[in-house]
Amino acid sequence: MLVYFQIYLFIAFAAMAGFYAYRGYRRVYNNIMLGKSEDLNDNTTERFKNMLLVAFGQKKMFKNITPAILHMFIYVGFIITQIELIEVFIDGVTGKHRVIYHAVENIPFLKFIYVATISSIELISVLVFIATVAFLSRRFLIKVPRLNKPELKGFPVQDAAIILISEIYLLTCIFSMNTADMALHHGEYGFAVSGLLQHFLSNWDESSLHLLERAGWWGHYIGVLLLLVYLPYSKHLHILLAFPNTFFARLNPKGYISNMPEITKEIKLMMDPSAVPPPADANAAPVKFGAKDVMDLSWKNLLDAYTCTECGRCTSACPANQTGKILSPRKIMMDTRDRLEEVGSIVAANNGVWKEDGKSLIENGYISIEELRACTTCNACVEECPVMISPLDIIVQLRRNLVMEDSNAPAEWTGMFTNMENNGAPWQFSQQDRLKWIDN
Amino acid sequence: MQVKSYAEYAASGETPEVLFWVGCAGSFDQRAQKVTRSFVKILNHLNIKFAVLGSEESCTGDPAKRAGNEFVYQMLALQNIEVMNGYGVRKIVTTCPHCFNILKNEYPSLGGNYEVVHHTTYLQQLIDQGKIKLTDTNQFKGKRITYHDSCYLGRANEIYEAPRKVLEELDAELVEMKSCRTKGLCCGAGGAQMFKEDEPGKKRINIARTEEALETDAQIVAAACPFCNTMMTDGVKSFEKQSTVKVYDIAELIAAGQGLDTIQL
Repeated sequence: MLVYFQIYLFIAFAAMAGFYAYRGYRRVYNNIMLGKSEDLNDNTTERFKNMLLVAFGQKKMFKNITPAILHMFIYVGFIITQIELIEVFIDGVTGKHRVIYHAVENIPFLKFIYVATISSIELISVLVFIATVAFLSRRFLIKVPRLNKPELKGFPVQDAAIILISEIYLLTCIFSMNTADMALHHGEYGFAVSGLLQHFLSNWDESSLHLLERAGWWGHYIGVLLLLVYLPYSKHLHILLAFPNTFFARLNPKGYISNMPEITKEIKLMMDPSAVPPPADANAAPVKFGAKDVMDLSWKNLLDAYTCTECGRCTSACPANQTGKILSPRKIMMDTRDRLEEVGSIVAANNGVWKEDGKSLIENGYISIEELRACTTCNACVEECPVMISPLDIIVQLRRNLVMEDSNAPAEWTGMFTNMENNGAPWQFSQQDRLKWIDN
Repeated sequence: MQVKSYAEYAASGETPEVLFWVGCAGSFDQRAQKVTRSFVKILNHLNIKFAVLGSEESCTGDPAKRAGNEFVYQMLALQNIEVMNGYGVRKIVTTCPHCFNILKNEYPSLGGNYEVVHHTTYLQQLIDQGKIKLTDTNQFKGKRITYHDSCYLGRANEIYEAPRKVLEELDAELVEMKSCRTKGLCCGAGGAQMFKEDEPGKKRINIARTEEALETDAQIVAAACPFCNTMMTDGVKSFEKQSTVKVYDIAELIAAGQGLDTIQL
């Protein structure tokens, strides 16, 4: 009876987590799709290469060796622990114990593979533990500057703590489970780390060991499910989105900023005196230049926002931020995501239709005009990002809206635009004098 | 100084090898004009048939585009493209990384397709071909030069080595600043910041970069961009180091190395 109850509970938890996780991921997907379409499917070979090197191979992380190695431990640990999860799943739905082990225990070669696999999961888990403690102390004790900037106050810092502490929780569960299991079976499995730890449990009685093993097993399983549900609300979503984000990253040189075709059309009409403008379509939506809100950005900008794990490499490389300006490229990404969540929930509450809320991504507690004006477009943030996010692309689109829709530019820029229009140079010099340098 | 415009070439039925895109800074800014002249001295010395657009050249539109004014940018870009396509321009060399970037990356989709080279790459090619021979490198002996990466050459277009290779020819000691190449710190001028005051903050960006340059104890800060040049020159002045630390464009240093120009060291 108890076995069936356990199987029932196991499946019920999975179904519940599946339901909530689906809702969470679906929400993220729907929100990203609120962005403008942009075709980023060309050159798939190059794109696969980027994904393989940058996401899977962590290439850009290794510009900064200490966090790169610590991060690598957690990354590899996360991936190979999934193997143990397969057995947890099989055991859970069959109500049996270590199904895979018992299937291979009489085949020496396969048994060796099994023991080696679990042992290496245990060994890497020790490294994950060290890395997690190091990350916690970098953030909360050593206070690495980029992990202690003002934009992280509140939920972002809690989010980071939740993720790191749940990693320690999961490791504790795995080791409780394996160590108690080893002690119960007198070390029969021969796992590397729990084989050492089991001696600490040498004077525990059988029922306590059994209880510890079950607590570890269930604790691990439930922890994994909770994380799965929490992930789409967390900055930690990068563990999944880093892959599509590097795949769909723009392939142009970093200096390239796209040309707006709607403007090319208008200017060509202006330049050609004989051109007849096309008849105005009364039903056409008014053209809006640049981006004022998240749905004016490309879906890729929004994917960038959900992929950002708030590591702050961009911000610490930003020349404006380094010299005390309020611009922080990380905050650009965080604000975009927060505003997108807000817009997304309005859209979801209105059956998929956007209802104006009188706010936008510019100002309203999101990205301020002062931040936008501080950017030198130097691409340091883009260069630094380990998952190929471009805060600069968002900044430029917002600047376009400020300047072209609201005529909102500092006086010096207004003068510069006038000079460029009138005499073809940002300064007030006559175009006829462009060769004066010869005699000066 | 011998300079022919594209219009003059067209009138005489000749085709120049390359268009020298002077840019607004190179045309009007007094400091950048010197760089323009040094580069022209090198071209003339090698008998390279180059043309300029002169009064037919307009700003590429870079500062407008990066400030968010796509209208002004495209107006200028489409005019420039009309002029250049009219002359059948194929290859462009420019002393400005901002002009270089926009001509190379952003003009093509507006109908302007040219081979665009920055003058540092151009000089490197001429050195590699054995055309540029440096005879007056004694003045650089025992000097330290630090190269300031321009963002629009470096990160924007991944040109890190050409300027350095050119500088290596000078027989001076090349030293790097704390942040260089992909990590190079901006001078503070890009994104149309050149044309406005800094936003409120602790210090100006050019001061932060100049601090890094001064830390190297170099006597020469080598620039490859007219705006970086201005920013670094102002920075050096604000530390009152202008008598011991000089900011020069790579073209000026090479022209001096060829004995075509004299510079103060």
